[in-house]
Amino acid sequence: MAAVIATVLRHEARSLRRNRGVIAFGAFQLIVTESVLRLSGSAPRALSTLLNLVLLVVPLVTIVYGVISWHASREFNELLLAQPVHRRSLFAALYLGLVLPLAAAFAAGLLTPFVLHRAVTMDVAPLLVTTLAAGVSLAFVFGGLALLVGVHVDDRLRGVAVSLAIWLGLTVAYDGLVLLVATTLSDYPLERPMLALTLFNPVDLARTMIVMRSDAAALMGYTGAVMHHFLGSSAGTVATVAGLLAWILVPAWSGRRAFERRDF
Amino acid sequence: MSVPDLPLVEIRGLCKSYGLRRALDAIDLDVAPGAVTAIVGPNAAGKTTLNKVLLGLVHPDRGTIRFDGEDTIGRIAHRNRIGYMPQAARFPDNFSARDVLTLLGDLRGTSRPRDETLIHALELEAFMDTPTRVLSGGQRQRLNAAAAFLFTPDLLLLDEPTAGLDPIASGIVKDRIRQIRQDGRAVVITSHLLSELEEVADTVVFLLDGRLRWTGPLATLLHTTGAPNLERAIAHVMRGDAMSAEVD
Repeated sequence: MAAVIATVLRHEARSLRRNRGVIAFGAFQLIVTESVLRLSGSAPRALSTLLNLVLLVVPLVTIVYGVISWHASREFNELLLAQPVHRRSLFAALYLGLVLPLAAAFAAGLLTPFVLHRAVTMDVAPLLVTTLAAGVSLAFVFGGLALLVGVHVDDRLRGVAVSLAIWLGLTVAYDGLVLLVATTLSDYPLERPMLALTLFNPVDLARTMIVMRSDAAALMGYTGAVMHHFLGSSAGTVATVAGLLAWILVPAWSGRRAFERRDF
Repeated sequence: MSVPDLPLVEIRGLCKSYGLRRALDAIDLDVAPGAVTAIVGPNAAGKTTLNKVLLGLVHPDRGTIRFDGEDTIGRIAHRNRIGYMPQAARFPDNFSARDVLTLLGDLRGTSRPRDETLIHALELEAFMDTPTRVLSGGQRQRLNAAAAFLFTPDLLLLDEPTAGLDPIASGIVKDRIRQIRQDGRAVVITSHLLSELEEVADTVVFLLDGRLRWTGPLATLLHTTGAPNLERAIAHVMRGDAMSAEVD
């Protein structure tokens, strides 16, 4: 299994300079980070601004790019499956081949301006690293969801539509729904149900992970504030990391099972 | 290498359904080494499904496939001895022709000798390092053909191999198919171009609605039907089927 993954990743890495989608994403992240750093005047304020961009853009780019590139490679994947490789190995290679270049582009785009501006101080480093970890985690989560959609939906347009619906649901609609429930049932003790609801959304989990570090809970959404209030820093971090890990593993595992069973 | 008088591939009772539609219905078929087997039939006859079941791309509902005496279903080792040329020649945009061939070679390992005859004959060297997204359809199909023949397979599965190729490249591929037959290896071709199949085929397998309607040597098919060519012979078999259906 490791040999197949290593082979595919080596080839992905070699051809990375021709991968226009990944290069465009890295350049976009770089330009946004540079602009925000220049305009905000301070690194902590820049990171607060970047947080919401990371929470929206990384999931969107990963899931849409993932579904599009899955469909574009469908015939080539069939050719790869006709080689002496196990399906589970190939799926793992395709998953990592999708996520790792995007995560690397995101990391390079985020970190480079901070390094060039010498803005990575002791105060900023923990929040910067947490933002980086949150973005990379979201790339893994939405990469898994992209392949899950790709394996199940044969039509490319329908696949893109489903991926946009997932993105919209998890980034916008979910928090709105939680807020609606919270305001409607404000007479009841809702803190624990709210906490549970946070675990069902990877974007909220990533947001909470950063909120724990930034003490900006009030600015970062209702569920983030609840998480911060009830779990405190270390327990909250463990809960969010465990939740994100589950969000990474479950879609990827489901996608692999579907990939092993489906007809090409 | 298999014993010459034994089939390289033995298919028995192969069934595959997509929902209510039977794509393959109790197929029994032998593929002999040193011969070119042509699978023919109208659209949705089950030709591509049969190819894909042989490769493990489609899971059969029932039946067995033995490759050189070994059961293949759920296994992968036999694919090292199969070359596959899919109908659609599409590759990742960021890969060059060299990337594609190297990746396939790396996945297969180095156990089999390389046959670069087609790379030279089809003049692939000229665009080996060009991203496949800027190659023409014909150039991509040439790469597709070269990839299938590259690893000296004992069985070649070719799905519409000459589609998109110019007459010169098409002739080169057909010559290579004849050479492979002479080497004692097996070739299975699926194509709509019956006149092209007639040039190279030894055995004809005619599928209709997922069922095997006729199989045997091309010469026997022509003799039995009294038809002057494969196209007319297949039409004759189809008309016979239609008449039987009316009588039923």
